[in-house]
Amino acid sequence: MLTLTHFLTLSAILFSISIAGIFINRKNMILLLMCIELMLLAVNFNFIALSRYLDDIAGQVFVFFVLTVAAAETAIGLAILVIVFRTRQSINVQDLDSLKG
Amino acid sequence: MLELIFFGWLAFVLIAAAIGVITSRNPVYSALFLVLAFVTSAAIWVLLEAEFLAMTLVLVYVGAVMVLFLFVLMMLDIDVASMRAGFARYAPVGMLVGAITIGELLSVIWLRSQGLPVLAQPLPHGPDYSNTKELGAVLYTEYVYAFELAAFILLLAIVAAIVLTLRHREGSKVQDISKQVAVRAEDRITLVSMDAESE
Repeated sequence: MLTLTHFLTLSAILFSISIAGIFINRKNMILLLMCIELMLLAVNFNFIALSRYLDDIAGQVFVFFVLTVAAAETAIGLAILVIVFRTRQSINVQDLDSLKG
Repeated sequence: MLELIFFGWLAFVLIAAAIGVITSRNPVYSALFLVLAFVTSAAIWVLLEAEFLAMTLVLVYVGAVMVLFLFVLMMLDIDVASMRAGFARYAPVGMLVGAITIGELLSVIWLRSQGLPVLAQPLPHGPDYSNTKELGAVLYTEYVYAFELAAFILLLAIVAAIVLTLRHREGSKVQDISKQVAVRAEDRITLVSMDAESE
């Protein structure tokens, strides 16, 4: 029988994979953004599974807002990425060191 | 039982796609694996009877956000080799942190799921149940301020993205409409009175 634990476990695995991805791809800015998307997906998974098992629609409303904010974040993140590439000719995070104290 | 088989298959594809995202050599492949991950998640959300959000995920993420990702990826000329330089060095650390996170999360989930009534299978909704209707009923009443704020955040994102990428070129010819409208005949035409001449 499909239980809440199945969904929460899947979401936890997804979240951990994206955390590992942030470590592995720590130089590539665009892959960092993708890993953040994956993380938000894992969180949305929790919201939807709990919304189903607690029979409360509020969880789905929250997913709706998370999707909105994530879309806005991606749009602005990619815009910043484009300007970074325009000024540095690279999206390597290690090249962004002009703010070092 | 059938649901469990479906869930197992979809979960397998989802985890494989997620691993593909973080280990692909080419960022374009990563983006395509992420598309697969989103589509598979939408399928699992349908399994959880969140049909509206599943469709939204496909439309907004696969249809808009991932296309934007691919567009930026292909527009920029990325040196893939230098991006992969530290892969072997950071992979063990990443896997260690991922394993610790997964261990912590799973232990908490396992501990808290002992004998909870929440784990009972919820009753499936009838054929006349509309997830979209249910969501809309609370979205436009209880959460109307949050909904307006979400709309404002989207507007903010539009303005921010346009302003960030706006580039003024030197010497480009533009019309100043207010100047054009405010112009008077005296500014443009000079009447010169002169004597008639003949050769």
